[in-house]
Amino acid sequence: MISIRNLTFSHGNRKIFDNISLDIMPHKITAIMGPSGTGKTTLLKLIGGQIKPDSGTILIDQENVHALSRSKLFTLRKKMGMLFQSGALLTDMSVYDNIAFPIREHTKLPESMIRTLVLMKLNAVGLRGARNLMPSELSGGMARRVAMARALALDPNMIMYDEPFTGQDPISLGVLVKLIQTLNQTLGLTSIVVSHDVQETAEIADYIYLLSEGKIAGQGTPEELSHSESAWVQQFMQAKADGPVPFHYPANDFTTDLLANN
Amino acid sequence: MNIFQSLGQSTLKALAKLGRSSLFFISLLMALGYVLKRPNLLIKQLYNVGVLTFWLICISGLFVGMVLGLQGVYTLSTFGAESSLGIMVAASLVRELGPVVSALLFAGRAGSALTAEIGLMKATEQLSGMEMMAIDPLKYIIAPRFFAGLISLPLLAALFSAIGIIGGHLAGVELLNVDAGAYWSQMQSSIDFYDDIINGVIKSIIFAWLVSWIALFEGYDALPTSAGISRATTRTVVNSAFAILLFDFLLTALMFGAN
Repeated sequence: MISIRNLTFSHGNRKIFDNISLDIMPHKITAIMGPSGTGKTTLLKLIGGQIKPDSGTILIDQENVHALSRSKLFTLRKKMGMLFQSGALLTDMSVYDNIAFPIREHTKLPESMIRTLVLMKLNAVGLRGARNLMPSELSGGMARRVAMARALALDPNMIMYDEPFTGQDPISLGVLVKLIQTLNQTLGLTSIVVSHDVQETAEIADYIYLLSEGKIAGQGTPEELSHSESAWVQQFMQAKADGPVPFHYPANDFTTDLLANN
Repeated sequence: MNIFQSLGQSTLKALAKLGRSSLFFISLLMALGYVLKRPNLLIKQLYNVGVLTFWLICISGLFVGMVLGLQGVYTLSTFGAESSLGIMVAASLVRELGPVVSALLFAGRAGSALTAEIGLMKATEQLSGMEMMAIDPLKYIIAPRFFAGLISLPLLAALFSAIGIIGGHLAGVELLNVDAGAYWSQMQSSIDFYDDIINGVIKSIIFAWLVSWIALFEGYDALPTSAGISRATTRTVVNSAFAILLFDFLLTALMFGAN
């Protein structure tokens, strides 16, 4: 469904992606994982066409995202849902209006039908009762579920989750994990989950790409990765403090450093 | 070497920003059709930008007019020309103080609020979120605010001048006993519709364009962090004030300098 070929992208002088290629299978949950600052969110923005790569192509359903005209890109985006880390709810609208917003903008459906659609989406994330609340009255987990309902408002084929598990309490975490999985199965979505929460992601992902320093450091099913022979993959998957990624930021010898002051 | 480097760098930065802001302005103009098709968006922003600045403009206008009345009588009476107070108050308000002071107040009240609002929407990913929902934030969020500013400020400036003239009347006529007939009739005979009023309106339209453009662009271009937004808000107020005063000088030279 999505194929990324020879993608290179740099921010200032820093190379964020260095010639990476990966495929995202239809109707599966693909996880993109890696340490903070490896450009996982940037990858989603590249897929969504919000930023342009230096070189390489991203094909979605055989269409080159970055060669599309603005109006074609917008048509393509109607088939994509995206869940932002902050939820990105419009703060001057109620929960109900936030979900109705994309439907009202892109269709000419009567209000009565919009109401039915909104309530269906809200029911799917378990927040039908919260429809009159304002975004400021929601907890972090609830805001993310509302954002999820909004991402599904136009019945997309694919959905991208940007760090859906970060900063959630155990209960919201469980709810989100379950929701991502159920929605994927019942709606037959293609899901991309960007995350560094190993356990939760490994639980639901069909396939995982591990990114590090602009390259793909490992890939495979969660099962395959847990048996990987790469020391880096092992350190990441098992959250070890020391390993190929050292605990210490590069510095000269500790003793010399301490004595140097005199 | 370092001096030249940083000089070159800041020049390039400024030019790049000018380029970005020009493109930004062009895309705002292109969104006019969209705004006309969606009058609700415009009306909501006319309220936010215009109506909420109403009382500030009224009260400031009243006091500026009253001060003009007091100072005017004080200065004019040394020449025994108190009866010309009406012309002095009206001409200075309609030509200069109305457009300039209301634009400065507008930049402080509405401009800074616009920058902070847009900057915060950027920081909380609301603008990106909209883009990913295939809705262009430039058209939906920013253009209605721009045109609301463009419509509101000239009206507010007219209101400022009108209330200022009443303020001048209160201070000069009611308080310091200038003749009411002279105040109004001299004003009526000397203030020219095209030379004074239309020129003042043109000024306030240009200031409205400057302030709305600067405020929205600074918000849109802000670094999406709390420090970035606070700097952008400051820049809006400072740059608007500079732009207003500079353009006021240029426009005054063009409009009134020739005679």
